[in-house]
Amino acid sequence: MAPDITTPIAPAATPDRIQGAVHDSRRHESAHKHVSGEAVYVDDIAEPAGLLHVYLGLSSRAHARIRAIDLSPVRHAPGVVAVFTADDVPGVNDIGCMGKHDEPLFASSLVEHVGQPIFAVAAETRDEARRAARLAVIEYEDLPAVLTIAAARDGERALVTPPMTLRVGDADAALTAAPHRVEGRLAIGGQEHFYLESQIAMAVPGEDGEVLIHVSTQHPTEVQHIVAHVLDLPSAAVTVEVRRMGGGFGGKETQSNLFAACTALVAGRTGRAAKLRPDRDDDFQITGKRHDFEIDYRVGFDDSGLIEGVDMLFAARAGYAADLSGPVTDRALFHADNGYFYPAARLQSLPLKTNTVSNTAFRGFGGPQGMVAAERVIDEIAYALGKDPLEIRKRNFYGADPETDGRSLTPYHQTVTDNILPELVAQLEESSGYWRRREEVRAFNAGSRILRKGLALTPVKFGISFTASHYNQAGALVHVYTDGSIQLNHGGIEMGQGLYTKVAQVVAEEFQVDIATIRPTATNTGKVPNTSATAASSGSDLNGKAAQAAARTIKERLVAFAAENWGVAPDAVRFERNRVWVGDRDMSFADLVRAAYMARVQLSATGFYKTPKIHWDRAAGRGTPFYYFAYGAACAEVTVDTLTGEYVVDRVDILHDCGRSLNPVIDKGQIEGGFVQGMGWLTMEELWWDGQGRLRTHAPSTYKIPACSDRPRIFNVALLENAPNREDTIFRSKAVGEPPFMLGMSVFHALSDAVASLARHRLCPRLDAPATPERVLACIAALRERDASSQP
Amino acid sequence: MRQRLRFYLGDELREIDAVDPTLTVLDWLRLSERRVGTKEGCAEGDCGACTVVVGRLDGDTLRYEAVNACIRFLATLDGCRLLTVEHLKGPDGALHPVQQAMVDCHGSQCGFCTPGFVMSLLALYLNEERPDGQRIDDALAGNLCRCTGYEPIVRAAHAMYEIGGRGGDRAGDRFTDRAAMAEKLKALRDEEILSVGAGGRRFLAPATVPQLAQLLLDNPGATIVAGATDVGLWVTKFQRVLATVVYTGRVRALRRIEDRGDALVIGAGVTYSDAAERIAALYPDFGELIRRIGAEQVRNMGTFGGNIANGSPIGDTPPALIACGATLRLRRGEETRELPLEDFFLEYGKQDRREGEFVEAVILPKPAAGERFRAYKIAKRFDQDISAVCGAFRLTLDGEGRVADIRIAFGGMAGTPKRAAGAEAVLLGRHWTEETVRLGMEALAGDYAPLSDWRASASYRATVAANLLMKLYVETSDPAAETRLVGDRRLAHA
Repeated sequence: MAPDITTPIAPAATPDRIQGAVHDSRRHESAHKHVSGEAVYVDDIAEPAGLLHVYLGLSSRAHARIRAIDLSPVRHAPGVVAVFTADDVPGVNDIGCMGKHDEPLFASSLVEHVGQPIFAVAAETRDEARRAARLAVIEYEDLPAVLTIAAARDGERALVTPPMTLRVGDADAALTAAPHRVEGRLAIGGQEHFYLESQIAMAVPGEDGEVLIHVSTQHPTEVQHIVAHVLDLPSAAVTVEVRRMGGGFGGKETQSNLFAACTALVAGRTGRAAKLRPDRDDDFQITGKRHDFEIDYRVGFDDSGLIEGVDMLFAARAGYAADLSGPVTDRALFHADNGYFYPAARLQSLPLKTNTVSNTAFRGFGGPQGMVAAERVIDEIAYALGKDPLEIRKRNFYGADPETDGRSLTPYHQTVTDNILPELVAQLEESSGYWRRREEVRAFNAGSRILRKGLALTPVKFGISFTASHYNQAGALVHVYTDGSIQLNHGGIEMGQGLYTKVAQVVAEEFQVDIATIRPTATNTGKVPNTSATAASSGSDLNGKAAQAAARTIKERLVAFAAENWGVAPDAVRFERNRVWVGDRDMSFADLVRAAYMARVQLSATGFYKTPKIHWDRAAGRGTPFYYFAYGAACAEVTVDTLTGEYVVDRVDILHDCGRSLNPVIDKGQIEGGFVQGMGWLTMEELWWDGQGRLRTHAPSTYKIPACSDRPRIFNVALLENAPNREDTIFRSKAVGEPPFMLGMSVFHALSDAVASLARHRLCPRLDAPATPERVLACIAALRERDASSQP
Repeated sequence: MRQRLRFYLGDELREIDAVDPTLTVLDWLRLSERRVGTKEGCAEGDCGACTVVVGRLDGDTLRYEAVNACIRFLATLDGCRLLTVEHLKGPDGALHPVQQAMVDCHGSQCGFCTPGFVMSLLALYLNEERPDGQRIDDALAGNLCRCTGYEPIVRAAHAMYEIGGRGGDRAGDRFTDRAAMAEKLKALRDEEILSVGAGGRRFLAPATVPQLAQLLLDNPGATIVAGATDVGLWVTKFQRVLATVVYTGRVRALRRIEDRGDALVIGAGVTYSDAAERIAALYPDFGELIRRIGAEQVRNMGTFGGNIANGSPIGDTPPALIACGATLRLRRGEETRELPLEDFFLEYGKQDRREGEFVEAVILPKPAAGERFRAYKIAKRFDQDISAVCGAFRLTLDGEGRVADIRIAFGGMAGTPKRAAGAEAVLLGRHWTEETVRLGMEALAGDYAPLSDWRASASYRATVAANLLMKLYVETSDPAAETRLVGDRRLAHA
């Protein structure tokens, strides 16, 4: 049956409204270019004459001293123009984002992971550069390599950055006093971003050392800073431009620095434009991934399943350098409660140094790992008490009213004031038919020999704001031209999430002109400076408000001009549906603009926004790091083959909170896509390193992200209605980039539920992630063994 | 000998004299032609971002197929029509129904995978009316999207038939005048050997079997290329320089399936797509296995001969073919010989193929009455994944319920596709009971010593292999048991 595509997700524009107003379901601004191949990505930009292609020479050892390096075969290879090493860096040989000087552009005497860049070769063609890069003769002296969390934790416990502890109440006392206690360990694998467009940068040299860089990055300002730092240039000499990315997901927040710096170096030294696009295998090896974690947990609870105290230690594989491991592991702690109130808790991070690639940001930024730990704790309680996990989940939710119920304080001492999980989950419980299907699943399992079904409903509460408070700012630049067309620039990056569309809707709404009037332009550090990364789900919240501020500035000037020019009160000037009313006179927006221009009114403005109310004291572990929370819940049903461990996702129902959505269809896309990506992380996506620290799953042939048929067979996605953000966000919407990712947990817990059915739901299967068929089958075997040994 | 490559790029005849024998279609499009709508995502045929549509003559009719441009060599397009995403918009700039459906259904987010999806959808649109959900999933299995979660793209696959109120009426579509294009391609067809190259390296594409046989005798070091789904990666991933490539795809005689009465003689150049239906009619579960080999783009290029000749221990057709009792026909010059397929695989990386010899056909016997065949492919992902374990079974019980005949073959369990001689011996002659099967499961442990790697550990492989025997037992003894997660569940009890 073909689905009925005519059902609108939200009302289309009517004659009463402009095209592309806020809250309208509006197609992506580049959709027509995506489908025709006309959307330009960095590799598609016409290359300047004489462009050099750059390729990186990589370490083949996990931890070694470089004793000798012979690059002459590289230099003499066909087409090679130049070779660059650490000695050729005019500024500082460092591309780390945290100022720790622990991440060289090129390793010189020490390599700390397989795939670490040692040199760059520039040649006339990409193929020549790539072939030449393999010809280096490098003599290593191997050093002991720490490759796994276990090895790091059991060894010196070297850390890449200081750990954090969150404390509320007295966790030890609460655990001791609790009627029941459970403890265990949960292992959660990492995840490769697998943006479809691999990392890429192209640098074009200018005069006086200036350089223009086209790069696929979420953070042009950081690229600018790093390039300036590496080349010993003022930031003002470096311009970074990004029109769009072919996916980022956090993988291009800091990881693009390397590629940009390398091309800028080559361009600066040779005077020729330079481009670097690694092959997919190299991209996998060179760039960081989602952190894998091992989490030790202890929980104390009463007979009803109410949590009394929690103690968790989050050991993460940070890789060889800090990168964003500090804030990532911090965010794991911030989300180790998910939606649950812990009267007493001690949560500690352990960002362990290992001889593997330096792990980095990835959608959710540590939050997902914290939340999976919270959900595991809930499962443990449910199995220990013989209750349905959903009952335990609901029992432990934060209170709805911080004034009265005393269940609103987080482990970081922020009070949850906007909790809507109880209502949201109740609504999904009803619409998904959870309890009826629980019975059906039970009945199916009772009669099935090989296949087993599982069902789980898991909630999401996700804190919105960068925990580095200074990042919560944004700028925009709006130009109105004399024909009434509007150019819109802001600091956010379009990576598929529809940011340019949403911000254009905001500006269209402000000026009350059709969205076609607005032309979003490439994000450029020369237009809007000092931008924050497009990350932490913040894009629309920050840039929407900044663009709104810029538009309002221009609008105020236009209103003042019109009021004076036509002798009316300012409040008699109204912008409505592509017209402007000045008292009882109406004119087109363009006519007003032209008149204003003739009267020498400035038609260009910047806008600025900073998030109010937030502050964070990391040392004390106290503050209000989040402006608000985004909520959601998913109910998943799976079927598992108990002979092979394979499984399918039969049905998923999602109810997600976007506040008052700026664009429901784009938000729905974020929810569907985020869910599938989150499901992939916890199921089939497995990073596999061998004993020498070589990543052996380094391309889609070996690293499996969900394919089309892996999506849920029935997939019902709804946006929570009538739920405007309680905070004054842009048109009362909520951030949607990361939160839906964690809805994928429902599949993981449904798999666990299916396995648990083999031991009558009395033992927690303790399934680790990713739950590949192999891990599911091993979990089944282990559970059966435990069950047999627990029988009298 | 013809020394000029000829194909249509859209409606434009391209004739090329000098071409690197392993230049990929993708590099040619992006680097030489500056047609940059086609994207590189992985350069190994696994993500589909580079998907283009190739029209080729199948007999006298024109067939359009989605293929991966990243691992297809340009010279293999001889006599074909290449369509890229740039061809889709109308002369007036209007989006093609496939494109419009993707826009209307919000099928793109970052947009990088989108041209590939559009081309896979175009192939579907041109070939099929109103495909069902399973068929759409199969058509899109070779295209990865990291943003959308696929749901809106699947909506577009349904909606594209509705765009413009045409309700499936293909009139006015620019790619459907097949007769005219077929005539143009027929005009390019000849019986000459194509020989093109550059820098002293050659691409040789014979048109007949005798030409192929002679070329291989004359060029002993040549690399034989059929679908290039493996050799393509030697070039894009390992940067191997192949001096002489002999391409079998133009040899029409190798692309035939002949019904010999008791068996199908499947030419070495027959692709998975070509063979799927004929094989499924005989062995439904083999058909289901083929449905899950690679993805559409790979099945449109990969061949039976290639899957066998490259000797991979994880090729999916050899276990099934061995279980069915297939034989292999090899040819060297004028000489041909036949051998049971299992005897072809000597050890890892070594096959019983002499220099200058090539796989001409595989002979698949038709099932005998009462015979039951099952194949199971186990991987991390159902579609477009290489097997951790692939097991195939052919079972015949006698009137007393005893095992009269059993053939078991596995891929992924040894250095070659290999029969489970020990387990077969244990099972033969015994009553087909759970107890017997458990003996067989134990015996399997002695038949194989699998390896651990990123696809699976040795212990998982061993456990699953044994469990598949149990699955076979359940499927053949308990018609009520549900055992299948994907595909047509009726196959379990066919």
